[in-house]
Amino acid sequence: MGSIGVLMLIPMNTYLEQELQKRYNLFKLWTAPQKPQFIKEHANSIRAVVGNAGAGADAELIEALPRLEIVSSFSVGVDKIDLAKCREKGIRVTNTPDVLTEDVADLAIGLMLAVLRRLCESDRYVRSGKWKKGDYKLTTKFSGKTVGIIGLGRIGMAVAKRAEAFNCPICYYSRTEKSDTKYKYYPSVVELASNCQILVVACPLTEETRHIVNREVLNALGPKGVLINIGRGPHVDEPELVSALVEGRLGGAGLDVYEHEPEVPEELFGLENVVLLPHVGSGTVETRKVMADLVLGNLEAHFSNKPLLTPLV
Amino acid sequence: MASDQATTPPPPPLPEIQSHDLSQVIVLHPPPVFNYFKDLFSKKFHLLKAWESPLPLHEFLTNHAHSAQAMLCSGTGPSISADIIRLLPSLRLVATTSAGLNHIDLTECRNRGISIANAGEVFSEDVADLAVGLLIDVFRKVSASDRYVRHGLWATKGDYPLGSKLGGKRIGIVGLGSIGFQVAKRLEAFGCNISYNSRKRKDFVSYPFYTNVCELAANSDVLIICCGLTEQTRHMINREVLLALGKEGVIVNIGRGAIIHEKELVQCLVQGEIGGAGLDVFENEPDVPKELFELDNVVLAPHMAVFTTESFKDLCDLMIGNLEAFFSKKPLLSPVMNE
Repeated sequence: MGSIGVLMLIPMNTYLEQELQKRYNLFKLWTAPQKPQFIKEHANSIRAVVGNAGAGADAELIEALPRLEIVSSFSVGVDKIDLAKCREKGIRVTNTPDVLTEDVADLAIGLMLAVLRRLCESDRYVRSGKWKKGDYKLTTKFSGKTVGIIGLGRIGMAVAKRAEAFNCPICYYSRTEKSDTKYKYYPSVVELASNCQILVVACPLTEETRHIVNREVLNALGPKGVLINIGRGPHVDEPELVSALVEGRLGGAGLDVYEHEPEVPEELFGLENVVLLPHVGSGTVETRKVMADLVLGNLEAHFSNKPLLTPLV
Repeated sequence: MASDQATTPPPPPLPEIQSHDLSQVIVLHPPPVFNYFKDLFSKKFHLLKAWESPLPLHEFLTNHAHSAQAMLCSGTGPSISADIIRLLPSLRLVATTSAGLNHIDLTECRNRGISIANAGEVFSEDVADLAVGLLIDVFRKVSASDRYVRHGLWATKGDYPLGSKLGGKRIGIVGLGSIGFQVAKRLEAFGCNISYNSRKRKDFVSYPFYTNVCELAANSDVLIICCGLTEQTRHMINREVLLALGKEGVIVNIGRGAIIHEKELVQCLVQGEIGGAGLDVFENEPDVPKELFELDNVVLAPHMAVFTTESFKDLCDLMIGNLEAFFSKKPLLSPVMNE
């Protein structure tokens, strides 16, 4: 494989980095004092880009890399990649579907339980010594609550399967109604939000789904409703979410993603009906290893002219 | 012409339901459900509230409760010991708002033919939900990383360390009763493999059964304690069991604190002999070993598994239902077989 240049955009996984270093001529963009210069300097040898949920190959980067053949994302979401431009230039794109589905769905349920049962808040209650003064208050039962899912893809279905084990009725919104499912369909997100107690964002981020959860949806979800975001930050109008929570128009939220990670609105820090996670949906040792192997496997397949393992473009 | 018009006597007052018309229920200490629903009970029953009396308990019972046929108790407050039972010669029913019975002298009740009613399955779901919530929290570091974000560390220190995948993990359930079964059903949907240890093998499940808890631990990645506290289960989870569970192992306790040898658990956690713990119960509530406060791989809850609005309302309805059934000589709604 000699000197195939691979550009890694940000640190994402030590094992992946080490393997890429072993197999290719690895350029680590985050170590460059001047990024545009660095790219220019190595543009002629870079044939692959490795990004993730936080950083992808946008139009500008693609244009700056004339020898780019493949973008391999260490994520399932590819909203940071200019897919149209890749298609235009015949650049292949791969992601990491399926292997992280279970972890993300597990976390969605974990967030629901943590918010409704106030797990983080009551852990704080014990650690601060408050339990000595009195019992914690009553929280809200999770089993049996109606769960509404935006996007019934792999992750959405996995969330539904888990929630069903808690006797939660399931309903969903999708671009088109799915014929092979027994769950109740609603043709709009507002209607879905009006008819469920827990609303989960589980669709890809595209132009159409940006701010799919807006003020109207949040009001429909209401003061007893809970929003769970395991999609992308921009799915939700973040300032509207913050004011809905602060004003009590929304009952609670479990968030793994934000509009400007790693920034998290500080107004949320003081709220006990909110759980804030640092984008850990696929963040297990087991899954990140499998994801890394998938990235490596896709690159290897491409450079040996074999069929890609998980191509998107 | 003064007619001796006798003033029309006022109509007799409507008979008020005097509290002494209601059946007496002796309550030594207010069960937690009284914080929210006491009125529902006091409307229907004449509550003899021992804790409100300046008299010492034994005196109160002797002087005021000798005709009380029913008692309402909970896991908190004085144990329903043989001594106390002997001061209540008319007692025929002990209704406890807990699922657990370890605070009641069951032998004394059996000998005197006193029936027992408990919370039955009314909060099995809530307890099972908490067990699963604690497990996901430990595996995926939910509370720890929520703390991390709230302290502003994500922006300054970078990504939080990776957690561990739940799918494929071997779950060992200790006590496959109503709660244990609900836990198993939920975790199956996460792709976990379930095994259990119980007093008796259960025919209605096909999960592998282990006759002893140490063997279960040796073949599990997780132990979830769902059994009751008895002489046999006290300190059943000791250092030997924890070492068998192993360095990556996680223990969740939603049963009773004393089922686990707490000192040995703390030692194992501090020394890294087990991977983590999710605990809703402790040996000496509300005291929690301080060493646990330093650990990020431990999630702590203040014995709140049944503390939801829904469960408390259901519990209230069930307890009132049991008491009403008892006083109308109908079968209890949630009797405990005390053999």
